[in-house]
Amino acid sequence: MDITLIVITLVKAITMIVVVMSIAAYAVLAERKVCSWMQGRVGPNRTSLPIISAIPILGPFITRLGLIQPAADGLKFLFKEDIIPGHVNKFYYLMAPCLAIAPAFTTMTVLPFGKFVDSAGVTHPLVLANLDIGILFIFAVSSLGVYGLILAGWSANSKYPFLGGVRASAQLISYELAMGLSVLPVFMWANAPGEPAGMNIFLLVESQSPLSMICQFISGFIFLVTLFAETNRLPFDMPEAETELVSGYNTEYGSFKFGLFFVAEYTHIIVGSGVFTALFLGGWNLPFVNFAPGLVGAVLSVLVFLIKVFAVIFFFIWIRWTLPRFRYDQVMKLGWSVLLPLAIANLIANALIIALVDKVLL
Amino acid sequence: MATKVVERKPLSMSEKTYLPQIYNGLKTTFNNMLKPPVTLEYPDQRPDIPNGYRGVPTLVKDPNGREKCVSCQLCEFVCPPKAIRIKPGEISEESNNGHVEKAPQEFDINMLRCIYCGLCQEVCPEEAIYLQDIYSLNGLSREELIFKKQKLYEIGGTLPDEHYKWDKKLDDARNGTGHH
Repeated sequence: MDITLIVITLVKAITMIVVVMSIAAYAVLAERKVCSWMQGRVGPNRTSLPIISAIPILGPFITRLGLIQPAADGLKFLFKEDIIPGHVNKFYYLMAPCLAIAPAFTTMTVLPFGKFVDSAGVTHPLVLANLDIGILFIFAVSSLGVYGLILAGWSANSKYPFLGGVRASAQLISYELAMGLSVLPVFMWANAPGEPAGMNIFLLVESQSPLSMICQFISGFIFLVTLFAETNRLPFDMPEAETELVSGYNTEYGSFKFGLFFVAEYTHIIVGSGVFTALFLGGWNLPFVNFAPGLVGAVLSVLVFLIKVFAVIFFFIWIRWTLPRFRYDQVMKLGWSVLLPLAIANLIANALIIALVDKVLL
Repeated sequence: MATKVVERKPLSMSEKTYLPQIYNGLKTTFNNMLKPPVTLEYPDQRPDIPNGYRGVPTLVKDPNGREKCVSCQLCEFVCPPKAIRIKPGEISEESNNGHVEKAPQEFDINMLRCIYCGLCQEVCPEEAIYLQDIYSLNGLSREELIFKKQKLYEIGGTLPDEHYKWDKKLDDARNGTGHH
Protein backbone atom coordinates (compact mmCIF):
# COMPACT_ATOMS: atom_id res chain seq x y z
CA MET A 1 0.00 0.00 0.00
CA ASP A 2 1.17 3.47 -0.83
CA ILE A 3 2.77 5.19 2.16
CA THR A 4 1.33 8.63 1.32
CA LEU A 5 -2.16 7.21 1.24
CA ILE A 6 -1.68 5.82 4.73
CA VAL A 7 -0.34 9.14 5.99
CA ILE A 8 -3.20 11.09 4.41
CA THR A 9 -5.75 8.70 5.90
CA LEU A 10 -4.08 8.98 9.29
CA VAL A 11 -4.09 12.76 9.18
CA LYS A 12 -7.75 12.77 8.19
CA ALA A 13 -8.67 10.36 10.96
CA ILE A 14 -6.76 12.28 13.62
CA THR A 15 -8.27 15.56 12.47
CA MET A 16 -11.73 14.05 12.72
CA ILE A 17 -11.05 12.70 16.20
CA VAL A 18 -9.66 16.03 17.38
CA VAL A 19 -12.63 17.92 15.97
CA VAL A 20 -15.20 15.57 17.47
CA MET A 21 -13.37 15.49 20.80
CA SER A 22 -13.33 19.27 21.01
CA ILE A 23 -16.98 19.46 20.01
CA ALA A 24 -17.66 16.94 22.78
CA ALA A 25 -15.73 19.07 25.28
CA TYR A 26 -17.61 22.18 24.26
CA ALA A 27 -20.90 20.28 24.27
CA VAL A 28 -20.27 19.70 27.97
CA LEU A 29 -19.68 23.40 28.41
CA ALA A 30 -22.79 24.20 26.37
CA GLU A 31 -24.72 21.79 28.56
CA ARG A 32 -23.62 23.60 31.70
CA LYS A 33 -24.14 27.06 30.27
CA VAL A 34 -27.55 26.41 28.74
CA CYS A 35 -28.65 24.63 31.89
CA SER A 36 -27.65 27.57 34.04
CA TRP A 37 -29.32 30.09 31.74
CA MET A 38 -32.54 28.08 31.80
CA GLN A 39 -32.39 27.97 35.59
CA GLY A 40 -31.66 31.68 35.91
CA ARG A 41 -28.03 31.15 36.87
CA VAL A 42 -24.76 32.27 35.33
CA GLY A 43 -22.82 29.04 34.82
CA PRO A 44 -19.05 28.62 34.67
CA ASN A 45 -17.56 32.09 34.31
CA ARG A 46 -14.32 32.06 36.27
CA THR A 47 -11.86 29.77 34.54
CA SER A 48 -9.30 31.59 32.48
CA LEU A 49 -5.68 31.68 31.52
CA PRO A 50 -3.52 34.71 32.39
CA ILE A 51 -2.65 35.26 28.73
CA ILE A 52 -6.26 35.17 27.63
CA SER A 53 -7.74 37.26 30.41
CA ALA A 54 -5.15 39.93 29.59
CA ILE A 55 -6.66 40.53 26.14
CA PRO A 56 -8.79 43.66 26.39
CA ILE A 57 -12.57 43.27 25.96
CA LEU A 58 -12.30 39.82 24.34
CA GLY A 59 -10.50 38.29 27.33
CA PRO A 60 -13.18 39.01 29.95
CA PHE A 61 -15.81 37.98 27.43
CA ILE A 62 -14.14 34.59 26.93
CA THR A 63 -13.85 34.20 30.68
CA ARG A 64 -17.52 35.06 31.19
CA LEU A 65 -18.50 32.45 28.61
CA GLY A 66 -16.30 29.90 30.36
CA LEU A 67 -14.53 28.94 27.13
CA ILE A 68 -11.47 27.69 29.00
CA GLN A 69 -13.59 25.55 31.31
CA PRO A 70 -13.39 22.36 29.18
CA ALA A 71 -9.58 22.41 29.48
CA ALA A 72 -9.85 22.71 33.25
CA ASP A 73 -12.39 19.87 33.35
CA GLY A 74 -10.22 17.63 31.21
CA LEU A 75 -7.12 18.33 33.29
CA LYS A 76 -9.05 17.61 36.44
CA PHE A 77 -10.09 14.20 35.13
CA LEU A 78 -6.53 13.53 34.06
CA PHE A 79 -4.80 14.46 37.31
CA LYS A 80 -7.24 13.02 39.82
CA GLU A 81 -6.12 10.02 41.81
CA ASP A 82 -7.05 6.90 39.89
CA ILE A 83 -8.79 4.64 42.36
CA ILE A 84 -9.81 1.06 41.65
CA PRO A 85 -12.21 -0.12 44.35
CA GLY A 86 -11.25 -3.41 46.00
CA HIS A 87 -14.46 -5.25 45.21
CA VAL A 88 -14.46 -4.92 41.44
CA ASN A 89 -13.54 -7.39 38.75
CA LYS A 90 -10.43 -5.55 37.61
CA PHE A 91 -10.14 -6.81 34.05
CA TYR A 92 -13.70 -5.99 33.03
CA TYR A 93 -13.70 -2.88 35.18
CA LEU A 94 -10.82 -1.46 33.17
CA MET A 95 -12.19 -2.76 29.88
CA ALA A 96 -15.62 -1.11 30.25
CA PRO A 97 -14.61 2.53 29.61
CA CYS A 98 -12.57 1.48 26.57
CA LEU A 99 -15.52 -0.52 25.27
CA ALA A 100 -17.76 2.49 25.80
CA ILE A 101 -15.57 4.94 23.95
CA ALA A 102 -14.34 2.79 21.05
CA PRO A 103 -17.71 2.37 19.29
CA ALA A 104 -18.49 6.03 19.80
CA PHE A 105 -15.37 6.96 17.88
CA THR A 106 -15.81 4.20 15.32
CA THR A 107 -19.27 5.29 14.19
CA MET A 108 -18.06 8.69 13.11
CA THR A 109 -15.84 7.19 10.42
CA VAL A 110 -18.83 6.52 8.17
CA LEU A 111 -20.66 9.73 8.91
CA PRO A 112 -20.38 12.09 5.94
CA PHE A 113 -20.20 15.75 6.86
CA GLY A 114 -20.00 17.59 3.58
CA LYS A 115 -19.48 17.35 -0.14
CA PHE A 116 -16.80 18.49 -2.52
CA VAL A 117 -17.66 19.18 -6.13
CA ASP A 118 -14.53 19.17 -8.27
CA SER A 119 -14.00 21.16 -11.44
CA ALA A 120 -15.27 18.30 -13.57
CA GLY A 121 -18.63 18.47 -11.76
CA VAL A 122 -18.19 15.17 -9.96
CA THR A 123 -19.44 15.16 -6.38
CA HIS A 124 -17.16 13.66 -3.77
CA PRO A 125 -18.31 12.88 -0.24
CA LEU A 126 -16.37 14.31 2.68
CA VAL A 127 -16.20 11.26 4.87
CA LEU A 128 -13.50 9.01 6.29
CA ALA A 129 -14.99 5.82 4.87
CA ASN A 130 -17.79 6.02 2.34
CA LEU A 131 -19.41 2.68 3.09
CA ASP A 132 -22.32 1.44 1.02
CA ILE A 133 -23.94 0.08 4.16
CA GLY A 134 -23.21 3.22 6.17
CA ILE A 135 -26.37 3.36 8.24
CA LEU A 136 -26.21 -0.35 9.04
CA PHE A 137 -22.62 0.08 10.17
CA ILE A 138 -23.59 2.96 12.45
CA PHE A 139 -26.45 0.97 13.98
CA ALA A 140 -24.31 -2.11 14.44
CA VAL A 141 -21.35 -0.35 16.04
CA SER A 142 -23.18 2.23 18.12
CA SER A 143 -25.22 -0.55 19.74
CA LEU A 144 -21.93 -2.07 20.85
CA GLY A 145 -21.44 0.97 23.03
CA VAL A 146 -23.99 -0.39 25.44
CA TYR A 147 -21.62 -3.28 26.22
CA GLY A 148 -19.40 -0.74 27.92
CA LEU A 149 -22.28 0.27 30.13
CA ILE A 150 -23.32 -3.29 30.90
CA LEU A 151 -19.75 -4.34 31.67
CA ALA A 152 -19.26 -1.29 33.86
CA GLY A 153 -22.41 -2.07 35.76
CA TRP A 154 -21.61 -5.72 36.15
CA SER A 155 -17.90 -5.55 36.92
CA ALA A 156 -18.37 -2.87 39.57
CA ASN A 157 -19.89 -5.59 41.75
CA SER A 158 -22.32 -3.33 43.55
CA LYS A 159 -26.04 -3.02 43.23
CA TYR A 160 -26.65 0.45 41.77
CA PRO A 161 -24.21 0.07 38.89
CA PHE A 162 -25.66 -3.37 38.27
CA LEU A 163 -29.21 -1.98 38.05
CA GLY A 164 -27.90 0.73 35.75
CA GLY A 165 -26.28 -1.80 33.47
CA VAL A 166 -29.39 -3.97 33.35
CA ARG A 167 -31.53 -0.96 32.55
CA ALA A 168 -29.12 0.12 29.82
CA SER A 169 -29.44 -3.21 28.04
CA ALA A 170 -33.22 -3.37 28.45
CA GLN A 171 -33.58 0.14 27.11
CA LEU A 172 -31.28 -0.50 24.17
CA ILE A 173 -33.24 -3.58 23.11
CA SER A 174 -36.57 -1.77 23.43
CA TYR A 175 -35.64 1.27 21.43
CA GLU A 176 -33.26 -0.15 18.82
CA LEU A 177 -36.23 -1.83 17.12
CA ALA A 178 -38.26 1.32 16.73
CA MET A 179 -35.14 3.19 15.66
CA GLY A 180 -34.32 0.74 12.90
CA LEU A 181 -37.91 0.69 11.68
CA SER A 182 -38.11 4.48 11.66
CA VAL A 183 -35.10 4.72 9.37
CA LEU A 184 -36.40 2.24 6.79
CA PRO A 185 -38.95 4.60 5.16
CA VAL A 186 -36.22 7.18 4.61
CA PHE A 187 -34.22 4.70 2.60
CA MET A 188 -37.31 3.42 0.84
CA TRP A 189 -37.91 6.92 -0.48
CA ALA A 190 -34.28 7.36 -1.40
CA ASN A 191 -34.19 4.11 -3.34
CA ALA A 192 -36.75 5.18 -5.87
CA PRO A 193 -36.47 3.53 -9.27
CA GLY A 194 -33.69 5.13 -11.22
CA GLU A 195 -31.57 6.42 -8.38
CA PRO A 196 -30.70 3.63 -6.03
CA ALA A 197 -28.90 5.00 -2.98
CA GLY A 198 -28.53 1.69 -1.21
CA MET A 199 -27.81 2.23 2.45
CA ASN A 200 -25.18 4.85 1.76
CA ILE A 201 -25.78 7.96 3.85
CA PHE A 202 -24.05 10.28 1.40
CA LEU A 203 -26.13 9.19 -1.57
CA LEU A 204 -29.22 9.36 0.61
CA VAL A 205 -28.57 12.98 1.57
CA GLU A 206 -27.88 13.88 -2.05
CA SER A 207 -31.19 12.30 -3.17
CA GLN A 208 -33.26 14.14 -0.58
CA SER A 209 -35.68 16.85 -1.63
CA PRO A 210 -37.64 19.17 0.67
CA LEU A 211 -40.86 17.33 -0.23
CA SER A 212 -39.49 13.87 0.56
CA MET A 213 -38.22 15.15 3.87
CA ILE A 214 -41.56 16.62 4.92
CA CYS A 215 -43.07 13.17 4.28
CA GLN A 216 -40.56 11.77 6.79
CA PHE A 217 -41.87 13.85 9.68
CA ILE A 218 -43.13 10.88 11.70
CA SER A 219 -40.02 8.84 10.98
CA GLY A 220 -37.92 11.78 12.13
CA PHE A 221 -39.94 12.12 15.30
CA ILE A 222 -39.61 8.44 16.17
CA PHE A 223 -35.93 8.51 15.35
CA LEU A 224 -35.39 11.55 17.57
CA VAL A 225 -37.17 9.99 20.53
CA THR A 226 -35.30 6.73 20.16
CA LEU A 227 -32.07 8.68 19.74
CA PHE A 228 -32.65 10.20 23.16
CA ALA A 229 -33.12 6.71 24.54
CA GLU A 230 -30.08 5.31 22.74
CA THR A 231 -27.78 8.06 23.95
CA ASN A 232 -29.15 7.67 27.48
CA ARG A 233 -30.16 11.29 27.65
CA LEU A 234 -32.91 12.66 29.79
CA PRO A 235 -35.82 11.97 29.82
CA PHE A 236 -34.51 8.45 29.12
CA ASP A 237 -31.39 8.39 31.28
CA MET A 238 -32.44 5.19 33.02
CA PRO A 239 -28.91 3.73 33.23
CA GLU A 240 -27.60 6.79 35.03
CA ALA A 241 -30.69 8.09 36.86
CA GLU A 242 -28.71 9.87 39.53
CA THR A 243 -31.75 10.41 41.74
CA GLU A 244 -32.51 6.69 41.86
CA LEU A 245 -29.24 4.87 41.25
CA VAL A 246 -26.63 7.23 42.74
CA SER A 247 -24.95 7.55 39.37
CA GLY A 248 -25.96 4.30 37.74
CA TYR A 249 -23.45 2.28 35.79
CA ASN A 250 -20.53 4.63 36.45
CA THR A 251 -20.99 4.91 40.22
CA GLU A 252 -17.74 3.09 40.99
CA TYR A 253 -15.72 4.96 38.41
CA GLY A 254 -13.60 8.01 39.04
CA SER A 255 -11.01 10.26 37.48
CA PHE A 256 -10.06 9.51 33.90
CA LYS A 257 -12.14 6.37 33.55
CA PHE A 258 -15.23 8.35 34.42
CA GLY A 259 -14.03 10.99 31.97
CA LEU A 260 -13.95 8.34 29.23
CA PHE A 261 -17.58 7.44 29.91
CA PHE A 262 -18.39 11.10 29.82
CA VAL A 263 -16.66 11.68 26.49
CA ALA A 264 -18.27 8.52 25.08
CA GLU A 265 -21.71 9.78 26.06
CA TYR A 266 -21.20 13.13 24.41
CA THR A 267 -19.56 11.60 21.33
CA HIS A 268 -22.63 9.41 20.98
CA ILE A 269 -24.77 12.51 21.13
CA ILE A 270 -22.69 14.27 18.50
CA VAL A 271 -22.66 11.31 16.14
CA GLY A 272 -26.36 10.77 16.79
CA SER A 273 -27.08 14.40 16.00
CA GLY A 274 -24.98 14.01 12.87
CA VAL A 275 -26.99 10.99 11.75
CA PHE A 276 -30.26 12.76 12.51
CA THR A 277 -29.07 15.78 10.55
CA ALA A 278 -28.09 13.63 7.60
CA LEU A 279 -31.24 11.54 7.56
CA PHE A 280 -33.91 14.08 8.40
CA LEU A 281 -32.55 17.61 8.17
CA GLY A 282 -30.98 17.44 4.73
CA GLY A 283 -27.40 17.15 5.89
CA TRP A 284 -25.10 19.72 4.32
CA ASN A 285 -27.66 20.88 1.77
CA LEU A 286 -29.87 23.88 2.12
CA PRO A 287 -33.20 23.93 0.27
CA PHE A 288 -33.06 25.82 -3.03
CA VAL A 289 -29.38 26.71 -2.56
CA ASN A 290 -26.56 25.17 -4.55
CA PHE A 291 -23.02 25.61 -3.35
CA ALA A 292 -20.44 26.62 -5.90
CA PRO A 293 -18.05 23.85 -6.88
CA GLY A 294 -14.59 23.92 -5.41
CA LEU A 295 -13.12 24.44 -2.01
CA VAL A 296 -15.40 27.29 -0.91
CA GLY A 297 -18.50 25.24 -1.59
CA ALA A 298 -17.03 22.33 0.33
CA VAL A 299 -16.26 24.51 3.36
CA LEU A 300 -19.75 26.02 3.22
CA SER A 301 -21.34 22.58 3.08
CA VAL A 302 -19.36 21.47 6.14
CA LEU A 303 -20.37 24.66 7.96
CA VAL A 304 -24.04 24.10 7.15
CA PHE A 305 -23.76 20.55 8.41
CA LEU A 306 -22.04 21.66 11.62
CA ILE A 307 -24.60 24.38 12.31
CA LYS A 308 -27.41 21.86 11.90
CA VAL A 309 -25.62 19.43 14.21
CA PHE A 310 -25.14 22.15 16.82
CA ALA A 311 -28.81 23.00 16.59
CA VAL A 312 -29.70 19.37 17.26
CA ILE A 313 -27.25 19.23 20.17
CA PHE A 314 -28.86 22.35 21.57
CA PHE A 315 -32.21 20.64 21.25
CA PHE A 316 -30.81 17.68 23.20
CA ILE A 317 -29.68 19.99 25.98
CA TRP A 318 -32.90 21.96 25.87
CA ILE A 319 -34.99 18.80 26.30
CA ARG A 320 -32.76 17.60 29.11
CA TRP A 321 -33.35 20.68 31.21
CA THR A 322 -37.06 20.77 30.45
CA LEU A 323 -38.39 17.26 30.99
CA PRO A 324 -38.29 15.14 34.12
CA ARG A 325 -37.16 11.53 33.86
CA PHE A 326 -39.71 8.90 32.92
CA ARG A 327 -40.45 6.13 35.35
CA TYR A 328 -38.87 2.85 34.31
CA ASP A 329 -42.15 1.14 33.43
CA GLN A 330 -43.20 4.20 31.45
CA VAL A 331 -40.02 3.97 29.44
CA MET A 332 -40.70 0.33 28.61
CA LYS A 333 -44.33 1.03 27.81
CA LEU A 334 -43.47 3.93 25.57
CA GLY A 335 -40.88 1.88 23.72
CA TRP A 336 -42.87 -1.30 23.17
CA SER A 337 -46.49 -0.21 22.97
CA VAL A 338 -46.25 3.25 21.48
CA LEU A 339 -43.10 3.78 19.46
CA LEU A 340 -42.77 0.29 18.00
CA PRO A 341 -46.37 0.09 16.67
CA LEU A 342 -46.07 3.67 15.47
CA ALA A 343 -42.87 2.84 13.63
CA ILE A 344 -44.43 -0.23 12.01
CA ALA A 345 -47.53 1.74 11.01
CA ASN A 346 -45.32 4.47 9.60
CA LEU A 347 -43.36 1.91 7.61
CA ILE A 348 -46.51 0.37 6.14
CA ALA A 349 -48.02 3.75 5.37
CA ASN A 350 -44.87 4.85 3.59
CA ALA A 351 -44.74 1.61 1.63
CA LEU A 352 -48.36 2.16 0.52
CA ILE A 353 -47.67 5.77 -0.46
CA ILE A 354 -44.63 4.73 -2.46
CA ALA A 355 -46.61 2.00 -4.18
CA LEU A 356 -49.35 4.49 -4.96
CA VAL A 357 -46.93 7.06 -6.31
CA ASP A 358 -45.29 4.39 -8.47
CA LYS A 359 -48.68 3.30 -9.85
CA VAL A 360 -49.77 6.84 -10.64
CA LEU A 361 -46.53 8.08 -12.09
CA LEU A 362 -45.44 5.06 -14.02
CA MET B 1 -60.25 8.73 60.78
CA ALA B 2 -62.52 9.99 58.12
CA THR B 3 -60.88 9.99 54.77
CA LYS B 4 -61.97 12.16 51.96
CA VAL B 5 -61.59 10.73 48.53
CA VAL B 6 -60.53 13.47 46.16
CA GLU B 7 -61.88 12.96 42.73
CA ARG B 8 -59.16 12.98 40.15
CA LYS B 9 -59.90 14.83 36.98
CA PRO B 10 -59.49 12.64 33.92
CA LEU B 11 -56.54 13.63 31.79
CA SER B 12 -57.36 15.85 28.89
CA MET B 13 -56.38 14.87 25.37
CA SER B 14 -53.34 17.14 25.36
CA GLU B 15 -52.17 15.67 28.65
CA LYS B 16 -52.62 12.11 27.41
CA THR B 17 -50.67 12.62 24.23
CA TYR B 18 -47.97 14.39 26.23
CA LEU B 19 -46.49 16.21 23.27
CA PRO B 20 -48.34 19.53 23.71
CA GLN B 21 -47.15 19.48 27.30
CA ILE B 22 -43.57 18.98 26.15
CA TYR B 23 -44.02 21.89 23.76
CA ASN B 24 -45.24 24.12 26.60
CA GLY B 25 -42.36 23.04 28.78
CA LEU B 26 -39.86 23.80 26.05
CA LYS B 27 -41.41 27.23 25.62
CA THR B 28 -41.08 27.91 29.34
CA THR B 29 -37.44 26.91 29.53
CA PHE B 30 -36.58 28.85 26.40
CA ASN B 31 -38.18 32.01 27.77
CA ASN B 32 -36.31 31.46 31.00
CA MET B 33 -33.08 31.25 29.07
CA LEU B 34 -33.55 34.73 27.67
CA LYS B 35 -34.21 36.29 31.05
CA PRO B 36 -31.33 37.78 33.03
CA PRO B 37 -29.95 35.52 35.74
CA VAL B 38 -31.52 35.87 39.17
CA THR B 39 -28.37 34.92 41.02
CA LEU B 40 -25.90 37.24 42.66
CA GLU B 41 -22.23 36.70 41.90
CA TYR B 42 -21.48 36.80 45.56
CA PRO B 43 -17.94 37.88 46.29
CA ASP B 44 -18.12 40.46 43.49
CA GLN B 45 -21.67 41.60 44.10
CA ARG B 46 -22.98 41.98 47.62
CA PRO B 47 -26.61 41.71 48.62
CA ASP B 48 -28.49 44.76 49.90
CA ILE B 49 -28.95 44.28 53.62
CA PRO B 50 -32.45 45.31 54.70
CA ASN B 51 -33.03 47.52 57.74
CA GLY B 52 -33.43 45.59 60.93
CA TYR B 53 -31.11 42.82 59.75
CA ARG B 54 -29.55 40.97 62.65
CA GLY B 55 -25.88 40.74 61.81
CA VAL B 56 -22.88 41.01 64.09
CA PRO B 57 -23.65 42.86 67.38
CA THR B 58 -21.82 46.17 67.68
CA LEU B 59 -21.51 49.01 70.13
CA VAL B 60 -22.51 52.45 68.89
CA LYS B 61 -21.76 56.02 69.81
CA ASP B 62 -24.22 58.89 69.73
CA PRO B 63 -23.74 61.76 67.27
CA ASN B 64 -21.78 63.69 69.88
CA GLY B 65 -19.23 60.88 70.04
CA ARG B 66 -20.24 59.72 73.52
CA GLU B 67 -20.12 55.99 74.07
CA LYS B 68 -23.69 55.09 74.87
CA CYS B 69 -23.07 51.95 76.90
CA VAL B 70 -23.29 52.62 80.63
CA SER B 71 -22.24 49.06 81.52
CA CYS B 72 -25.52 48.17 83.20
CA GLN B 73 -24.76 44.57 82.24
CA LEU B 74 -28.36 43.77 81.26
CA CYS B 75 -27.15 42.39 77.98
CA GLU B 76 -24.62 40.26 79.77
CA PHE B 77 -27.35 38.77 81.92
CA VAL B 78 -29.86 38.27 79.13
CA CYS B 79 -27.41 36.80 76.63
CA PRO B 80 -28.57 33.18 76.18
CA PRO B 81 -25.20 31.72 75.14
CA LYS B 82 -23.32 33.91 77.61
CA ALA B 83 -21.27 35.51 74.89
CA ILE B 84 -20.99 38.96 76.50
CA ARG B 85 -18.56 39.84 79.28
CA ILE B 86 -18.56 43.36 80.71
CA LYS B 87 -16.22 44.88 83.24
CA PRO B 88 -17.79 48.18 84.42
CA GLY B 89 -15.60 51.18 84.87
CA GLU B 90 -16.00 54.67 86.25
CA ILE B 91 -15.96 57.86 84.18
CA SER B 92 -13.83 60.53 85.80
CA GLU B 93 -15.74 63.57 87.07
CA GLU B 94 -13.60 65.95 85.02
CA SER B 95 -14.51 64.54 81.65
CA ASN B 96 -17.35 65.86 79.48
CA ASN B 97 -19.52 62.92 80.27
CA GLY B 98 -18.87 62.87 83.99
CA HIS B 99 -22.58 62.96 84.72
CA VAL B 100 -23.06 59.60 83.03
CA GLU B 101 -21.07 58.03 85.85
CA LYS B 102 -20.25 54.70 84.25
CA ALA B 103 -18.88 53.23 81.07
CA PRO B 104 -17.56 49.77 80.32
CA GLN B 105 -13.92 49.30 81.04
CA GLU B 106 -13.92 46.09 79.08
CA PHE B 107 -16.64 44.86 76.79
CA ASP B 108 -16.07 41.50 75.11
CA ILE B 109 -18.43 39.69 72.80
CA ASN B 110 -17.34 36.17 72.04
CA MET B 111 -18.45 35.75 68.44
CA LEU B 112 -17.85 32.01 68.66
CA ARG B 113 -20.71 31.86 71.14
CA CYS B 114 -23.00 34.56 69.79
CA ILE B 115 -26.19 33.21 68.25
CA TYR B 116 -27.32 36.51 66.71
CA CYS B 117 -30.60 36.39 68.66
CA GLY B 118 -30.70 40.15 69.17
CA LEU B 119 -31.80 39.95 72.81
CA CYS B 120 -28.95 42.29 73.83
CA GLN B 121 -30.24 44.92 71.45
CA GLU B 122 -33.78 44.37 72.70
CA VAL B 123 -32.86 44.65 76.34
CA CYS B 124 -30.45 47.59 76.17
CA PRO B 125 -31.98 50.63 77.95
CA GLU B 126 -29.43 52.93 76.37
CA GLU B 127 -29.80 51.73 72.78
CA ALA B 128 -26.10 51.19 72.82
CA ILE B 129 -25.80 47.76 71.28
CA TYR B 130 -27.06 47.08 67.79
CA LEU B 131 -27.01 44.07 65.52
CA GLN B 132 -25.96 45.66 62.28
CA ASP B 133 -25.32 44.58 58.70
CA ILE B 134 -22.16 42.47 58.91
CA TYR B 135 -23.35 39.05 57.79
CA SER B 136 -20.10 37.34 56.91
CA LEU B 137 -17.62 36.83 59.70
CA ASN B 138 -14.51 34.76 59.91
CA GLY B 139 -11.24 34.68 61.72
CA LEU B 140 -7.98 32.82 61.85
CA SER B 141 -7.94 32.16 65.59
CA ARG B 142 -10.29 31.89 68.53
CA GLU B 143 -8.77 34.98 70.15
CA GLU B 144 -9.43 37.01 67.04
CA LEU B 145 -13.12 36.20 67.26
CA ILE B 146 -13.53 37.53 70.78
CA PHE B 147 -14.41 41.10 69.92
CA LYS B 148 -12.99 43.68 72.31
CA LYS B 149 -14.57 47.01 73.12
CA GLN B 150 -12.43 48.96 70.68
CA LYS B 151 -13.25 46.64 67.80
CA LEU B 152 -16.96 46.73 68.66
CA TYR B 153 -17.00 50.53 68.49
CA GLU B 154 -14.99 50.43 65.29
CA ILE B 155 -17.52 48.27 63.48
CA GLY B 156 -20.47 49.92 65.23
CA GLY B 157 -19.80 53.52 64.30
CA THR B 158 -22.31 56.21 65.07
CA LEU B 159 -26.05 55.90 64.88
CA PRO B 160 -28.56 58.76 65.06
CA ASP B 161 -30.03 59.33 68.52
CA GLU B 162 -33.63 60.37 69.12
CA HIS B 163 -33.42 61.10 72.82
CA TYR B 164 -30.09 62.49 73.98
CA LYS B 165 -31.17 61.11 77.32
CA TRP B 166 -28.06 62.08 79.27
CA ASP B 167 -27.88 65.59 77.81
CA LYS B 168 -31.47 66.17 78.90
CA LYS B 169 -30.65 64.83 82.34
CA LEU B 170 -27.72 67.21 82.59
CA ASP B 171 -29.87 70.15 81.53
CA ASP B 172 -32.56 69.14 84.01
CA ALA B 173 -30.03 68.90 86.81
CA ARG B 174 -28.65 72.33 85.97
CA ASN B 175 -32.03 74.03 85.62
CA GLY B 176 -33.64 72.25 88.51
CA THR B 177 -36.43 70.91 86.26
CA GLY B 178 -37.28 67.31 85.50
CA HIS B 179 -38.51 64.49 87.63
CA HIS B 180 -35.43 63.38 89.44
